[in-house]
Amino acid sequence: MSELRIEGLRKTFGDTVAVDGADLTVAEGELVAVLGPSGCGKTTLLRCVAGFERPDAGSIAMAGRRIDHLPPQARRVGVVPQEGALFPHLSVGRNVGYGLRGSGRAGRVAEVLELVGLGGYERRMPHELSGGQRQRVALARAMAPRPELILLDEPFSALDAGLRQSVRGEVAAALRADGATAVLVTHDQDEALSMVERVAVMREGRIVQFAPPAEVYRFPVDPWTASFVGDAVWLDGDVAAGAASTVVGEVAAEGPDGPARLLLRPEQLRLGEGEPNATVSEVEYFGHDALVTLAFAGGVRLRSRVLGGAPAAGQRVSVAVDGAARVFAP
Amino acid sequence: MRMTSTAHRDRAATSPPGRALLRRAGSAAAWLWCLPAVAAALVPLVYLTWRTAEAGGAAVLEQLARPRLAQMTLNTLLLSGAVTISCLVIGTTTAYLVSRTDLRARTAVHLAASLPLAVPTYVAAFAWRAAFPDADGFWISALVLTVSSFPYVHLPVAAALMRTDPALEEQSRILGDGPWRTFFKVTLRQIAPAAVAGALLCALYVFHDFGAVSILRYETFTTAIYSAWKLGFDRTGALVLSTALAALALVLLTAEWAAAAPGRRARRDSASGREPTRLRLRRTAPLAYLALAGLTALSLGVPAWSLVRWTLDGVSTADPAEVWAAAWTSLSLSAAAAALTVALVVPVGLYAARHRSVLAAATERVVYLGYALPGVVIGLSLVFLAINVDWIYERFYQSAPLLVFGYAVMLLPLGAGAVKASAAQASPQLGQVAASLGAGPVRRLATITLPLTAPGIAAGAALVFLTAMKELPATLLLRPAGTETLATRLWTYTDIAAFSAAAPYATLIVVVSAVPIWLLGRRIGRLRP
Repeated sequence: MSELRIEGLRKTFGDTVAVDGADLTVAEGELVAVLGPSGCGKTTLLRCVAGFERPDAGSIAMAGRRIDHLPPQARRVGVVPQEGALFPHLSVGRNVGYGLRGSGRAGRVAEVLELVGLGGYERRMPHELSGGQRQRVALARAMAPRPELILLDEPFSALDAGLRQSVRGEVAAALRADGATAVLVTHDQDEALSMVERVAVMREGRIVQFAPPAEVYRFPVDPWTASFVGDAVWLDGDVAAGAASTVVGEVAAEGPDGPARLLLRPEQLRLGEGEPNATVSEVEYFGHDALVTLAFAGGVRLRSRVLGGAPAAGQRVSVAVDGAARVFAP
Repeated sequence: MRMTSTAHRDRAATSPPGRALLRRAGSAAAWLWCLPAVAAALVPLVYLTWRTAEAGGAAVLEQLARPRLAQMTLNTLLLSGAVTISCLVIGTTTAYLVSRTDLRARTAVHLAASLPLAVPTYVAAFAWRAAFPDADGFWISALVLTVSSFPYVHLPVAAALMRTDPALEEQSRILGDGPWRTFFKVTLRQIAPAAVAGALLCALYVFHDFGAVSILRYETFTTAIYSAWKLGFDRTGALVLSTALAALALVLLTAEWAAAAPGRRARRDSASGREPTRLRLRRTAPLAYLALAGLTALSLGVPAWSLVRWTLDGVSTADPAEVWAAAWTSLSLSAAAAALTVALVVPVGLYAARHRSVLAAATERVVYLGYALPGVVIGLSLVFLAINVDWIYERFYQSAPLLVFGYAVMLLPLGAGAVKASAAQASPQLGQVAASLGAGPVRRLATITLPLTAPGIAAGAALVFLTAMKELPATLLLRPAGTETLATRLWTYTDIAAFSAAAPYATLIVVVSAVPIWLLGRRIGRLRP
C-alpha cells in the first residue's frame, strides 16, 4: 500500500516558521489538495516531501517506510512544478522519457502522452508548445516512471482563466486513469474543491481541516476557514433545540443553545414567493448568476446568489433559507 | 511494543543531524572541484607576499626609500589620473550624445565609440610611434591610452542611460528645470555608478599597461619591474615593485566592486520602454560632429592609417614563414590556455551560480583576482616560483606549460564570468525535477547542467582564446627561449623601429581582437539607443 503519511512536520527558515507541525495522510490512489493562502507553508511542505528541503522535525513515510532521509532521486516522488520546468534542450519524448530506463520506454512515453491528450507529440520541442500543453507534458513526465506519489505545485497558475479550467479537468482525469496518488498544492479554492477527493486546508504552517470538498465548504472547522474556502454569509441568531431565530426567520442549526454566529452560503438564501421581508439594495450581475445584496430590518445586509434572472434594486422580496446553518461561538 | 516505539524514536532523533552532515559533505565535494582554480588564482599573490616577507623588512624598506620608486609611483598615478579623468569626460559625453540627443547617425557614433576596444593599447602605441617616430613620453602615452580606453566608460554609461526610465527626466522638466539642471540633478545620479565603475576600470588598465608605455618610453611600475628583472637582474627590486603594484591594483579592484555593486542592485528596466525625449542640439550640433570626428580620427583613424601604410610596406619585406610561425605559436598556446582555463572555471561558475553563501562569494572573488594583477606581476611571480622551487625549475622553467598556466591565472575571471552567467540562466528547478525523476548528481550534470551551460562554456573558451592571443607582458617573461608569438614579434620590431616588419603582426592582432568586440557589438546592437 503506497500511502503517504506526514507527521509533525516542521521547517523553519531563520526566524520564520514555514511549516509548524503539519500532519497529513493520503491514501493510495487518492487525489488530495493542500489549500491555503500564499505564505501558509504549503509549497515548503511539498518541497519537504519531494526532498528539495530538509525538514527540521517530523517524519515523512511512503507505504510505511520513512523517506525523509533519502535524496530526491531515491524517493520515487514525481513533481509537476509551477511553470512546468520542461528541460528546454530535450524534445517532448525525451522529457517524458527522462525518468525511464530500459526497454518499454518508448511505449510508456506514448502511453502517458496519450493519457494527457498529447499523443504523437514526441518530436516537438518545449518552446513549440502552448502553456497548457507544457503543463500536460510536465505531468506526463512526472507520471511516466509510475512514482508512488505525484506532487503538483500550483500547476495551473500560469495559465489563463479559460485554459485553466479545461487543463484542470484533463489533469485530474489523467491522474485517475493512471491510478496515481497525488497531492495538489494550490491557493485557488475552485481548483481545490473541483478536482480532488479530499482538501487539506493549511494556515500558518498547520493543517487546520482535512475533509472532502463538500464538508470543508459546508462544515468548515472555524470562521477563518469558512471565509477562505468560499463566499460566506454571517448572521447572528439565538440557537434553541436545533433551530436559530434570525432576521431571515427560523433557520435549522445544530449547536449548543444560546447566542451564536451562523454561517450560510449565499446560494442558501433563496428568493421566493410570499410575504416580503427584505429589500434589494444592490445587484452584481455575472451572466450565469448574480450576487444580490439584501437589506433586512435593523440594517442587516446579507448577500444571496441567484441563478437566472435577478431582481431589480429597490424591489421588495421574500427570502427563505435552504438547508442548515453552521454554528460558531459568537 | 514499547521497545520498538523507543527504537523508532531514537532513529528519528539521530537521522536529521546525520543527514545535515551528508548534505554539507555533498556541498563540500562540489566546492572541492573549485579548489584547483582557487589555488591557481592564489599562486602569484601568495608567492609574492611570501617572498617579500622573506626578503625581510630592511631590504623592502631600502627599496621603498629609493627616489626612483617615488618617481615611478608619481608617474603611474599621474598617467592613470589623467587617463581616467579624460575617459570619464569623453565616455560620458559620447554616451549622452548617443542616447539622449537628436544627433544623427547615432548607431555609427556608438560603434565608433566601441571599436577602439578592438585595438590593443600596444598596437595603438605602435601605430602612433610608426606615424610619428619622435613621439614619446607622458602626453602621447596619456593620449593613446585615453583614446583606447574611453569605451570602458562609454559602454556602461550608454547602457545605464538606455535603462533609465525617461519618465524621471520628463518629471524634472515638467517641474521647471532646464536640460542642464535636469542632467546634473537627475540623469547624472542614474549613471554615476556605471560611470565610476567604468572609470576605475580605466585606471586599473593603466596600472596594468605594459606594452603601450614601454613602446612610448614612459616609465611606470610595469616597465620598471620588467627592466629591473630583464636588464638589471635586480630580483629584490622587481619583487618589491610587483608587490606594491599588486597592492595598488587590489585597492582599485575593490573600489570598482564597491562602485558597481549599488548599480547592479538598483538595475531597473525602463518601465515604459518609451523613447526618451532627446535634447535638440540645434546650433551646437556642428561642434558635436567636429568633436566626434576628431575623437574618431585619433582613436581609429591614426591606427588604421598607420597600419595600412606600414602593412603595405611590410608585405614586401616581411618573411611570410616567420609570420605564420608566430601566428601558429600564438594559436596553439592560446588554445591550450583556453582548454586549461575552462577546465578550471567550469566548477567555479557552476558553484557560484548555485550557492548563495559566504564561501561561494569568497571563491568567486579569489578567482577574480586575476583581473587585479597586471600581466607583468603574474609573469614575474611565476618566474620567481620556477627559479626558486627546484622541482618546478627542472620541469617547467621557461616552458610552454608554465606560460599557459600564467595565461590561465590571468584569464580565469573571463571564463568564470561567462560560465556563471549561463549557468545562472538554467533554473535550479530543472535539476530538482531531474532528481525527482531518479537522476543522481552525475547524470544531472551530464544531461541537464552541462548541456544548458554549454553556450556559456564555449563563449568563455572563445574569450580566453582570443585574449590570450594578444597577451604581451607575461609572454615576454615566461616564454621558452626562441618562442615568438604575434605580440612578442610586434614588440621586438617596434623596439628597433622596424615598423614595416612589425606591421603585419599588428594587423593580425587587430583582426583577432576585433572578433570579441564584434560579438559584443551584436549585443550592443540589441540595446540600440
